[in-house]
Amino acid sequence: MNRVLRRQITSRFMTALVIGLSFVAVLTLVLILGNLVLKGASSLDWAFFTKSPVPAGQTGGGVANAIVGTGIVVGLAALIGVPFGVGAGLYLAEYGGGRLGFLVRFIADVLNGTPSIVIGIVGWTFVVRPTSRFSALAGSVALAILMIPMLARTTEEIVRLVPHSLREAALALGYARWRTSLRIVARTALGGIVTGCLVGVARIAGETAPLLFTALGNLNFSVHVTQPMQTLSLQIYVYATGPFEEWHRLAWASALVLMGLVLIISLAARWVTRERYGSVR
Amino acid sequence: MTRPSLTLRGTDRSDRIYRGILTGLALALPALILIILGVLFVGALPALRRFGPSFLWTSTWDPVAEIYGAAPMIFGTIASSILALVIAVPLALSVAIFLTEFSPRWLRQPVAFVIELLAAIPSVVYGTWGIFVLIPFLRNNVVPPLKAVLGWTPFFQGVFYGNSLLAGGIILAIMIVPYIAAVSREVLLAVPSSQREAALAMGATRWEAVRSAVLPYGRAGLIGGVILGLGRALGETMAVTMLIGNRHDIGFSVFQPAYTMAAAIANEFSEATTHLYLSALFEVGLILFVLTVVVNAIARFLIWRVARGRAVGSRAL
Repeated sequence: MNRVLRRQITSRFMTALVIGLSFVAVLTLVLILGNLVLKGASSLDWAFFTKSPVPAGQTGGGVANAIVGTGIVVGLAALIGVPFGVGAGLYLAEYGGGRLGFLVRFIADVLNGTPSIVIGIVGWTFVVRPTSRFSALAGSVALAILMIPMLARTTEEIVRLVPHSLREAALALGYARWRTSLRIVARTALGGIVTGCLVGVARIAGETAPLLFTALGNLNFSVHVTQPMQTLSLQIYVYATGPFEEWHRLAWASALVLMGLVLIISLAARWVTRERYGSVR
Repeated sequence: MTRPSLTLRGTDRSDRIYRGILTGLALALPALILIILGVLFVGALPALRRFGPSFLWTSTWDPVAEIYGAAPMIFGTIASSILALVIAVPLALSVAIFLTEFSPRWLRQPVAFVIELLAAIPSVVYGTWGIFVLIPFLRNNVVPPLKAVLGWTPFFQGVFYGNSLLAGGIILAIMIVPYIAAVSREVLLAVPSSQREAALAMGATRWEAVRSAVLPYGRAGLIGGVILGLGRALGETMAVTMLIGNRHDIGFSVFQPAYTMAAAIANEFSEATTHLYLSALFEVGLILFVLTVVVNAIARFLIWRVARGRAVGSRAL
């Protein structure tokens, strides 16, 4: 009797503990997002989005250069990374049954966990050192490398969801394999593939470490990819670790904008996949 | 109008071309890992030649005297990651157990979604939050009681610096929770319900069923998830750089500043003035890269045994 009671109490206690700790994990997100909105929202005005930074110590100014810079660096990275990532993903889904498929899949998963700062060193070595100048292009190369393994895996997962009967129908109608793969399989999965690319873009848009010594940052407005360029993430780093109150205010506002950007892309992507593949997951 | 090909030869060739192109693109990944390794190794050669293996246990880092040793960073990297695991594992396992075993059905999606969002927050935003919210909170509400209760142990001694091993470890913990939780959830979902039912039928309480039937069944995968989280923690850069204090020093108190390999590269790479200084940083990168590749490879093998090659945890939940 006593033993049974003790076991019951243990069970109740552990259940409560598990629920409590889960609550703590959820609470952290609420706290972080809440702080972002509380401290950042009040600084968001027209000037913030349309002006470039003013010299240190003065008030006012915005992050227009960083917003445009993020767009350019990330866009260029996507241009370089998407063909490799999606191509590798298609390979894994279509021909990935053998030993090479296993190897590529394994390496993609391992690379997914590689520290992004190390990828920054690679971008520096291949672009900054030979041109002896920090540049947006170097940052894009580093971000593209980060994107490839991520895209390969998401593309593979999504292409695998295409029903086999579709492929068989196309082949039975005399379609060549390559045409089946491109026109039928990839076409069917296109929405998912685009979503995967968007998620990848959202992920690299928040990256800072690989840009520290490639894109470097730039206090002025610049659209030249062979010059140093500012991104939101770099701007937040400089402002948050700087000594001025005004910078801290801008850091919070920029963090809110970056978070909003990443959230909107991720949410949109999630919404699109749920429409299409809701029943699968 | 195109003539339907009567022989398969034509399509055969285009099929081969198609496959060749895709294979070429896929080969970019193995090439990439070799390129990264090569770049780091070649860059690190001068430092490797000069210091040999003593780089690993020398604790001097003096750009003026050109003597470099990575011991404090290696120590800080491992210490902050272990601290992060100690905090994150109970949280993440709780989330996974809650989602698969205890949660009402309607609550599963929202909770999973919130945890997934944690993985979407950029590292630099975590760092900003850490500087302005977490550190003041720790200073006012966490450090005084910790000192009062555990101040006699070597881990909680000295003055709290703000930027410290403790702050870095906690932010890392928050950041790796979604990854460990995602893998653990997949693993627990793969446990057949007959396992639970058998335990319950034998008269086990709900918790006993989880502890004795569900968790042991998924042990390999759960360990894989934890190791995956470790890999993330080892290489995480920005938030740690902003919070850990960046001091080349080995100290056992979590209240003191420390340094990690990733933070050292982030802080010093663009300022490295001499050839040897830069090379030493390349070697730090090489050590970090090899370490995370090994850790990730182990994690993948363990997870794949359970999830059969699916991209579990590449993306949270």
